[in-house]
Order: sequence, then structure tokens, then C-alpha cells
Amino acid sequence: MKYQMKTRKLRTAVMAISAAALSVSLAACGSSGPAGSTSAGSGTATMWGLTGGNQPVLQKSIEAWNSAHSDKTIKLDFFANDAYKTKVRTAVGAGEGPTFIYGWGGGVLKSYVDAGQVEDLSDFIKENPKVKDRYLPSVLKNGELDGKTYALPNNNVQPVVLYYNKEVFNKVGAEAPKTWDELMALVPKFKEAGIAPFSLGGQSKWPDLMWLEYLVDRIGGPEVFANIAANKPDAWSDPAVVEALTKIQELVDAGGFVNGFSSIAADSSADQALLYTGKAAMILQGGWIYQGMKKDAGDFVTSGKLGFTTFPTVEGGKGDPANVVGNPSNFWSISSKATQEEKDAALEYVKDGMFTDANVQDLINSGAVPVVQGIESKLEASPDKEFLTYVYGMAKNAPDFTLSWDQALTPAQGDAMLTNLDQIFLKKITPEQFVSTMNATIGK
Amino acid sequence: MTTTSSIRRGVRDAGPSGWLAVPALVFFLVFAVVPLLGVVFLSFTSWDGLREIKLSGLSSWTTVLTDPVTGNALLVTAKIMFFSFMVQAPISLLLGVFTAGGQKYRAALAVLYFLPLLLSSAAVAIAFKALLDPNFGLGAGLNLPILAQDWLGNSDLVLFVVVFVIAWQFVPFHTLIYQGGVRQIPTSLYEAAEIDGAGRFRQFLNITLPQLKYTIITSSTLMVVGSLAYFDLIFVLTAGGPGYSTRLLPLHMYLTGFKANDMGAASALGVILIVIGLALALLLQRLGGKNRNASQLEGA
Repeated sequence: MKYQMKTRKLRTAVMAISAAALSVSLAACGSSGPAGSTSAGSGTATMWGLTGGNQPVLQKSIEAWNSAHSDKTIKLDFFANDAYKTKVRTAVGAGEGPTFIYGWGGGVLKSYVDAGQVEDLSDFIKENPKVKDRYLPSVLKNGELDGKTYALPNNNVQPVVLYYNKEVFNKVGAEAPKTWDELMALVPKFKEAGIAPFSLGGQSKWPDLMWLEYLVDRIGGPEVFANIAANKPDAWSDPAVVEALTKIQELVDAGGFVNGFSSIAADSSADQALLYTGKAAMILQGGWIYQGMKKDAGDFVTSGKLGFTTFPTVEGGKGDPANVVGNPSNFWSISSKATQEEKDAALEYVKDGMFTDANVQDLINSGAVPVVQGIESKLEASPDKEFLTYVYGMAKNAPDFTLSWDQALTPAQGDAMLTNLDQIFLKKITPEQFVSTMNATIGK
Repeated sequence: MTTTSSIRRGVRDAGPSGWLAVPALVFFLVFAVVPLLGVVFLSFTSWDGLREIKLSGLSSWTTVLTDPVTGNALLVTAKIMFFSFMVQAPISLLLGVFTAGGQKYRAALAVLYFLPLLLSSAAVAIAFKALLDPNFGLGAGLNLPILAQDWLGNSDLVLFVVVFVIAWQFVPFHTLIYQGGVRQIPTSLYEAAEIDGAGRFRQFLNITLPQLKYTIITSSTLMVVGSLAYFDLIFVLTAGGPGYSTRLLPLHMYLTGFKANDMGAASALGVILIVIGLALALLLQRLGGKNRNASQLEGA
């Protein structure tokens, strides 16, 4: 009996100790998380970039910076577009975001500003006029809110362009469409030849949006979306929206989009692959896919088989055909939760590491137009000068450059819009249903 | 009498100490109960993940319960659960019985069957997404129009494609469970049945199935409750699309929380998910009868 008591006590003690050890290690897990991820070594700023066209350029820029500034290094990680958008918001909300927050401006930037998560950079650019002066002013404007600067452009102008495969067009004997009617007339022509008229990365949903953005702009002008973004009551009820949605469904009915478009993800670049393999004749996509195709299908681009043009006009439409939609650029914001050392390192990079001559040249070589002034001669000298000068002119001469709607609106509105637009492309809802659902999100 | 009671006490004394449960209990408290209470609390707030958490009463719940997408998500979940069970249960039972046999070729086949167990859900989803692509996939590659369907883009087909891929991934796991169960059945039962003149089919029906009762309950619980947690595979394969066709409850919760940034509504969905999961698990345990400790082996 006595012996038993002893062992029991011993056992109890052992259990208590191991339980205590366990809870200590659990507590350690809990506290090491944030400390570990916000400062990997003192003074090291963290940066999250996007995979795709600009990835090698950014990588090179950071490597060059790190080798020259061993005391102010930057740790760079890359994420796929859709995954990044979710991850960064969650991380910033949890106080574990990177020092450099990659963004698009617009409503998402505003939500960070409202939550006090990003630094006000107004004083920084006042003290460093060189930083401000290097940018195209129209692009710089997109990082401002209420007269203050919260984000600085970091790469290239990305207008949405209508790309086409010239080889396929020659085979069918077609010309690039200048009006919506011409575009619709091309659909049966390509279908007869067994080629999909348009490629579309429908699973990603945002490529669908490019169609709505351009159609609404061509039909009703940029004011229609300006009212929506300003949260005016019933702004979605503008007749231009219903007409644009109706046109999209007509194009779906006519078989305008490639078979299986709703399961094609744009992040995997399968949508561009359809264009350069000749399975699809055209694609409406951002300026960045030129970089992607140059990398994945160099021959197709260099041999001049890739055509590009502006979105067609719509008969009776009010919008200027020179208007552009897309992303004026991407931006760096600096996390307000970063340590002073991290912020200093980050601002130093923004001042001296970004848009160096080498960086600008790398961007141009990758097939992109940097958002800085005085690069005309460099663009002229590039083997991609046809596309680059086209994009540069497009962005520079546009009477209106509308930011991608999903970025311009608040995240909740943007998500509702993309899911409902997906339903429009699948013909699950009518344009009228879309309008009434979206009107209910105004102000949210 | 005295001997029995002293034996009883002895048994109790020698039984496992309650302290043994402490490590597991701490884990459970920290990683299950505390977050669970957090979710319940969040479901009565509105929070966009960035700004302050604001109490908002029942507004998240009314949003969730009046949203037709929630109803649709429940329906999709129920469908996937039902079809997954109907497809997986018979296949894994039969495969389990088959692979339990000692023959060499069966052992070799069993190894092949279990290969999908080694692959992560994301890898399985990416592979199937590539194979099922109507333009670059298997159908287009082999020039077989029948395989070049719009498998993942057709709202009517996609649910069954998803059920198929889930089955492809999980049948090996359940086969393994059944294989173990069958191997535990004493051969004397079959020998006796053979003497009584029972054929193969009769033996399967009257010995194998009843003896596997608890294995069937375990496997079914895992299948049914598990289908409430299918997320990674479907997220990568279809992202819930096209439209809402494969947006099942866990996916709906994730998209509401992390895409639409409505953490309040997402938490309400989480609570619904937990309640359904617990109810189903309890129900299945009940179906197994009250006497959970009864032996399923010979002489019970």
C-alpha cells in the first residue's frame, strides 16, 4: 500500500512537470511567432512580391541592393497573385505583415489607411523631391488619398490590351476588330475554323471584369464607374451597366469564349497559352502578359505574330475610344507596424534602390514600361519598341485611366462584384439581377 | 464478496491515472476549445480583419441565414457527402476484403492502390486540374473527344468530377481500415461456416459484414464528417466554381472570411459547421448501438 502511494505520487509529479513543460513550450510558440516574422535579424526589412512578369526584375533589384547595403538588407519572398491578396491582408490584420506592402492603390489602399496600417509618406517625398520628380504625375496620383501620399509606384504601367494572334487572323483572313459589331462578326468566322475567338481565365474571375470595365467605359464613359466608386445610391443602375452585361452575355451565347473558360485560372498563365498556341484568336488581358509571353513563348513574340490593339468602340457609346482601364502601376506602401530600423531601410531602398538606371533598363528588357519620366529614347532602342511605345502612348494620351474596379472598390464590394460577374458569364443571373445585387453593396 | 470488491479496487487503482489525459487536454483546450469560443464570440461582431472588432449583435447571423448562397453551400455539402459516401463506402469495403487475402498478387496490387495516400491534396488537385483541362488536358492530348469535356467548367458535371477526385484520393485510406478489420476476423468463423456449407457470398454477408460493424462505423464517421472538411482539394481544383456549383460550406466560410473580409459572417458559418459536424458524429455513434465496448470478435 505504502509502495503504491509512493509510485502514484511520483507519477503525479512527473505528469505535472511534463504538463508544465508542455504549457511553457506552447506559450513559447505563441510568442515567438510575431517576433520571428517581423524582424528576421535586426534592421532587415521584409518584402513580399508577386510571381510572374516582374519577378526576375524585382529579384535582381533587391539582390543588387543587398550586396551594396549589408546593413540595410531586404528579405524578399514571392507569392502568386490571388494567394498574395488573401495572405497579405490577413497578415497585416494580425500585425505580421511585411515592411513593404505591395498594392494597387484604390479601395484596398484606403482600407489600410483607415486602419492606420500604412505610413504617411507625404513628408518623405517632400524631403526627397527627386523621388517625386521621377514619376509620371498621373501615376503618382494613384497612391494619394485626401492629399497625402501613402503609396509609391514601383514598376510599370499595365493598361488592359486586346491581344491577337496574327497568324490565326491571316489564316481566317480577318482584321483586328475596331467596333463591337466587327468583333461579334469575327466570332462565327473563327468558330468555323475550329479556333476559339477569345481566351479567358474565368476561374480567376478578375479577367472577366476587364470586359465589363471596357464595355461600360465605351458605352457610358468613365463617369459611370466614378459614380459607383463614389458610393452614390443606385449608381449601378446606369443603363450603360445593363447594356454592357447584355453584350457580354450575347458574346457568351455566340460561343465567343473558349471551351471551359470558367475552369481556366489566369495565375497559371493557361489563358495566354491558348493565344500563343493558336487555340484561341484573341485575349483581353493586362499589359503584364506581354512579359509572360515573351518569357514562355519568345518566338511567338519576336517573330511578330503577336498583335495588339485597343478595345473596340461601341456604336452610340459616349466613352472616348482612347480611354484606358487597367492598373496605372503597382505600389509600395510601408507598414506602420514595422520597427524604425525596418522603415529606415525600406525608405532608403525606395529612395536609392528603386528605378536605378539598371532597374529601369531591366524593366524595359522584360517588356514593361516603367512609370518614370524621360524614358522615350530607351523605349525606342528596345527590341520590343513596338509594344512598349504603344503602351506608353496609350497610358500617356489616355483622357481617362480607370483603375481596375476590384481594386478601386472596397474589398467587400469588389468580392461581391467578381462573384456576381462570374454568374453573368455563366448565365446564371440576368443583368438586372446583377444591378440590384450590386446596388445593395453601395456604401459597404 | 470481499474478494470481488478488493479485486475491483485493485483494478481501479491499477487503471490509468487521470493525469495521463493532461497533455492531450491542454492541447485540446488551447487549440480547439479556446479558438471555438473565439469563433462564437466573433460571430456576434463585425470585423473586416483590419479595423477594430465591433459588437454587432445578430447582424452577422441574419446576413448568413438570409443569404441564399449559404443554403446552396449546405446543399452542395450534403450532396458531396452523400455521393462521396455512396461511392467510397462500397468500393473501399470490397477492396479492403480483397486486399486482406494473403495472395502475393493481391499484396502487389494493394501497394499500387495505396499510392494516392502518399500524395497531398493540393498535388492531387493540381494534377487532376491539368489532366481534365479541355484544351491542354488528357482529352486534347490523346485526341479523344469523349475525354475533352469541360469537366470542371460545366455546372452539371463538376460536382461528380469532384466526388470522383475525392474518392480517388480517399478510397485507399478507407481500404486500409477495412483491410485491417477483415484481417482481425478469426478464420475459425469461416472454417465453421464452410463446414456448414456456406458459400463465399454467404460468408461475406453473414460473417464478414457483421464482424466489420465497428470498422464500418469508424470508416463511415470519417467519411461523412470528413466531407465537412473538404477544402484544400476543392479550393485548388475549382475554387468553388463555376459559379457556386462546388462552393461547399468550409469553402464558403473561407471565401467569406478571407476574400470578402467579413469575419463576423465567416465565424457564424464556422459555428454552423461545428454544430453539424458534432451532430453527425454523435448520430453515427448512436447508430452503432449503445454498448460501445462489446467485443466484435469470437465469443462475444
